[in-house]
Amino acid sequence: MPEMTMLQAINDALHVAMAKDDGVVMLGEDIGKKGGVFGATQGLHDKYGEMRVMDTPLSECGIIGSAVGMALYGLKPVPEIQFLDFIYPAFDQIVSEAAKMRYRSGGQWTCPMVIRSPSGGGIRGGHYHSQSSEAYFAHTPGLRVVMPSTARDAKGMLLSAIFCGDPVVFLEPKHLYRLAKGDVPAGWYVEDLDKARVAHEGTDVTVVSWGAMMHTCEEVLKEAHEKGISVELVDLRTLLPWDAETVLASVRKTGRLVTVQEAPRTCGFGSEVAATVAEKAIDSLRAPIARVAGFDTPFPYTLEHVYKPDRKRVLGAIEYVCRWE
Amino acid sequence: MAEAAELLQVIDVDGKTRGKAPALKPDDLKAMFRAMLATRLFDQRGMNLQRQGRIGFFVPSMGQEASQIGAGYAMGEQDWLFPSYRTHSLAILKGVAWKRLYDQLWGNATDEVKGRQMPNHFSFRDIRWVSISSPIGTQISQAAGAARGMQVRGEKGCVWAWFGDGGTSSNDFHAGLNFAGVWKSPVVFMCENNHWAISVPTEKQTASQTFADKAVAYGMRGVRVDGNDVLAVYEAAREARERAVRGEGPTLIETVTFRMGPHSSSDDPKRYQAQSLFEAWQKKDPIERFRAWLKVKKLWSQEWEDQLSKGIQDELAKAVEAAEATPAPTLDTLFDDVYATLPAQLAEQKAGLMEQIRRSGEIENAGGAFPL
Repeated sequence: MPEMTMLQAINDALHVAMAKDDGVVMLGEDIGKKGGVFGATQGLHDKYGEMRVMDTPLSECGIIGSAVGMALYGLKPVPEIQFLDFIYPAFDQIVSEAAKMRYRSGGQWTCPMVIRSPSGGGIRGGHYHSQSSEAYFAHTPGLRVVMPSTARDAKGMLLSAIFCGDPVVFLEPKHLYRLAKGDVPAGWYVEDLDKARVAHEGTDVTVVSWGAMMHTCEEVLKEAHEKGISVELVDLRTLLPWDAETVLASVRKTGRLVTVQEAPRTCGFGSEVAATVAEKAIDSLRAPIARVAGFDTPFPYTLEHVYKPDRKRVLGAIEYVCRWE
Repeated sequence: MAEAAELLQVIDVDGKTRGKAPALKPDDLKAMFRAMLATRLFDQRGMNLQRQGRIGFFVPSMGQEASQIGAGYAMGEQDWLFPSYRTHSLAILKGVAWKRLYDQLWGNATDEVKGRQMPNHFSFRDIRWVSISSPIGTQISQAAGAARGMQVRGEKGCVWAWFGDGGTSSNDFHAGLNFAGVWKSPVVFMCENNHWAISVPTEKQTASQTFADKAVAYGMRGVRVDGNDVLAVYEAAREARERAVRGEGPTLIETVTFRMGPHSSSDDPKRYQAQSLFEAWQKKDPIERFRAWLKVKKLWSQEWEDQLSKGIQDELAKAVEAAEATPAPTLDTLFDDVYATLPAQLAEQKAGLMEQIRRSGEIENAGGAFPL
């Protein structure tokens, strides 16, 4: 099994998808000859030409609007939004058009498309190259929202997303593009979009995270272990629809919950996880739930390292919930 | 400043031929008239049904029959349609059964969109009529994408996007025309300038001399046509379609027409529209004009129209009766078609609702009227 970075795994998945189905097309800014600002679409333009790998005019509204039209026509478009921070002009096309098409047409029309976009901080990009706005999309019935944290999942979930028949917002934690490395199956390979992944088994506290924060949480495992705390780490992978069962089963075992997200705290997805656990497993809880999150401020440039939850904040929350016996 | 686009006309206000009439057979001309008349009758009945409280809402198209049927008649069998909520005449022209239209107005159990949208938001996959949404202009960039899809697949045909004068102010108008221009996609952008975006007149919508002028900025052809002249619209649309299919790129057609009714059943134009303006346009009524022209050509008689009208009214009455008698969609359909398959959290919510109803009975419908 070849070792790949997350970026290579995404590029590999796109090559596999385009070879498998000639209805798969890509569109976006700088995705053609340049191969994308991060390099995710490298080699595709040369191999498949301009009809299937399109450099578009600079309009997110136009990219997603025309992708919706292509999906209606029967193609499987995979538009790229260069940075998630630039997606808002396309918000209407995503939440009011793509997401509702199947429902509002009584199942006559569907919008199978995957909107790929690098998300989150970690590149010193200030608030227009760093936002984690997954919660906006997770509030939209009809959309799937996926955010992998490993190279293997990035490939398997991207391929699943392209062929699942629903519109998917596929968020790529750009901080992990080159940092996340691992064995990735060659060729056709899919992962279940409806299942969370237990990344590490443990008995004292359940930590639920997704995307780049998974990396921070993994770094904390050892330190927690040294302090005599056994952490069960759950990678949500998919935020909508999300796998509550795996989280609930884990909390019923550990009796403690910490959610960790890079996004701002208020109305972040961690709040949904916390509320669900409070509703359905409060009798298993031995301690208050703790949410670790970015602050309710815009994403800063110079103080990025202060804004983003780090190992100390995650470990602090784990220790806090373990104060209750 | 460049000269404003010239206004194309075939029939003048008295029904006389000006310029060259398109080569249409008598049966075609009569079919066009029938569709225009049927649309008018459908609109009158729709407004009445709403006033009687039998349907919740209605959007009439009175005054725009020529603008729509003229272009609709130029459409090819395999063409795609991205309509607006005021273009049901095109479904009537394409022979969509009345019952299907009324089912949607009632949102009943046989409604093809399963009671999920307000009246007039039709979807007819069998005629490649894409589901309508309310936010203005969104279909314009989608049409550009579908037309690009045709190019990717190497298929012959044309995509038609319909919108009004207000729609030209939307983000998607700019994006859609820009993309289609760059891609040279086979799409015809039909801008019906009916002079009103609800209550906002065209002079508050744009500082351009005409809406057709906007085409220049996107490197495409802009055509301005008398939208109450069905033959002129047909000719402009036919030519635009031929160019699109030949690979010569998109066209923006502005049909200059007038919304003779309210924006919707919830609107009263008397609050913002001068009576004199309405009366001036009433004299240019597209159906009267076409009738006068057909009469000169000896293709119209009062007896023929009376018969036609009675036949249509009978069909409408029957379809109304059937749609009204059809029950509402069952509650469990609320959860269908959100995703390709029912996810666990929706299955759980559905089971919860069914359990609640089992325990505490049917959910009360408090009703309510749409205010806009």
